[in-house]
Amino acid sequence: MTVERARAPLSRSSSPGTGARLRRQPGSLVGLIVLITLTALALAAPIVGRYDPLLQERQSRFQPPSLRHFFGTDEFGRDIWSRVVHGGRVSLFTGGAVVLVAGVVGIPLGLLGGYAGGWLDASIMRFLDFLLAVPAILLAMAIIAVLGPGAVHAVLAVAVVSIPAFARLTRASTLALKEREFVLAARAIGGGPAYLMFRTILPNAASPLLVQATVAAAYAILLEAALSFLGLSTRPPEPSWGSMLNTGRSFLYQAPWYGLFPGVMLTAAVLALNGLADGLQRALGASPLGRATASTGT
Amino acid sequence: MAQYVFVRLLQLVPVLFMASVAVWLLIYLIPGDPALALLGPDVTPEQLQLARARMGLDQPLPVQYALWLGRVTRGDLGVSYLNGLPVRTMLAQRVPVTLQLTAASLIVALLIAAPLGILSAVRPRSWWSRVASGYNALAMAVPTFWLGILLVLLFGLYLRWLPTSGYVPVWEDPARALRFLVLPAITLGAYVSAILARFTRAALLESLAQDYVRTARAKGLRERAVVGSHALQNALIPVVTVLGLQFGAFMGGAVITEAIFDYPGLGRMLLQAILTRDYTVVQGTILFVVCAFVVINLLTDLAYAFLDPRIRYS
Repeated sequence: MTVERARAPLSRSSSPGTGARLRRQPGSLVGLIVLITLTALALAAPIVGRYDPLLQERQSRFQPPSLRHFFGTDEFGRDIWSRVVHGGRVSLFTGGAVVLVAGVVGIPLGLLGGYAGGWLDASIMRFLDFLLAVPAILLAMAIIAVLGPGAVHAVLAVAVVSIPAFARLTRASTLALKEREFVLAARAIGGGPAYLMFRTILPNAASPLLVQATVAAAYAILLEAALSFLGLSTRPPEPSWGSMLNTGRSFLYQAPWYGLFPGVMLTAAVLALNGLADGLQRALGASPLGRATASTGT
Repeated sequence: MAQYVFVRLLQLVPVLFMASVAVWLLIYLIPGDPALALLGPDVTPEQLQLARARMGLDQPLPVQYALWLGRVTRGDLGVSYLNGLPVRTMLAQRVPVTLQLTAASLIVALLIAAPLGILSAVRPRSWWSRVASGYNALAMAVPTFWLGILLVLLFGLYLRWLPTSGYVPVWEDPARALRFLVLPAITLGAYVSAILARFTRAALLESLAQDYVRTARAKGLRERAVVGSHALQNALIPVVTVLGLQFGAFMGGAVITEAIFDYPGLGRMLLQAILTRDYTVVQGTILFVVCAFVVINLLTDLAYAFLDPRIRYS
């Protein structure tokens, strides 16, 4: 079909030079490097971790950081470096999975509401209002109260909390785009609603959504860590940054490094994603609705 | 204005309705029989039957909801099945405790944010401005629970300056209460201070670029007076909004800070209730916090419209 031609005056004008502009943002470049490093460490955790993260060596409890144990050992003599890089898998997986789930649910909701308007739009918006009417961490906790604690349930809870931002952002773009000439042209040639929403409007709303995805990933990592910290996500002995911080704070006096390193990693991951989001936003000239920078703030 | 208030109140109805249904459903969404969930596994079938009848579980669902809503609107939130206390009494004990922490953390946030935000707007290209934006990025990325741990480590364990857990009511012993409040208030306030500083800077930069500021300068006012009494006053409006929104969020959202410092507030009560499956307490707390959050957000919006005469929603 020739509808193809009607697409994307926006994306074409914004795509050349985006990479170059992104490279000129030092914050986002550093963020990208940190992020790639963390991902590589998490993926290669069984190799770079050197020890089994669950291996207990009773005789070497609370060893300070050394060449043998980069980040020291914990209350069961487990290697903290190994647990930190393995814990990174939980965090990065959460970030990715949450963005995927929240995007897959939120983006169509926003497209549908913005495109259809009327009662459908109104009911979608009221539903989102309701989700936003509850403080994020509280909503996540309520969902876990129903589902029961666990890593997968935590990802689901965080994803639900993240839906409104995606949906509202998509809706706003859809409202702005649906009266544009190229969309009207695509409709005139005979494009159906699904085609118009997903093939004509969505590609042109991609820039702010990309920024939003980055922010949402940072937010998801923080929120999941907060839930593990409260004992509502990953359960011991599985390593995760939040749960390590929770245990570590009971041994702050004997082993200050225990409460230190997981926090450094977590902060680095969030700073990196926020920096990347900032740079993307400037390079793409897009501004995400909702939370400009991720933080649990509780 | 009256019409705006009315419309905003009307908009609350669907949100509160959905919230109440969701909170009510909470107890039905849990796998298994709610009566069983409330009584625990060691009950006889007769007791279970009795409890089901008493809880109205033999009625149709809409009737059950109506009965529940009727009780809730009369202030009857049920009884904790762990300690037998009415949820309302438990809430009444915890709310002042959380209010104390919330107020303290917002004061800390203001004390940090005001100088950072104002100075970095007045001198946008100075080193001070760079320090401020570095602080903002860091304060937003450092997870609350890690910041809390670091503060405990430094001020509680190494320097031994401040207590690391506990709560003293401010009306009983203000000096002691303050010592117990410092660390949790900084932990909770750091993030808000970053948001506030950003907003203050942006709002002040905007109002400094306005014509009336140029007029004030042109008529020879000192810079201090221009910034202090002309620009700042208008810049404060969005700042008030941010404060209001955070206040609402902290009513139930200070869970993590309360957990770190063993602070007996609402968030801690909710966490304990979730971990011990004390579902009436979970229901009551969430319902209370959602209502408080929604009402405070509404009041913030109204304050916004009230403070800025240009804003009149139609």
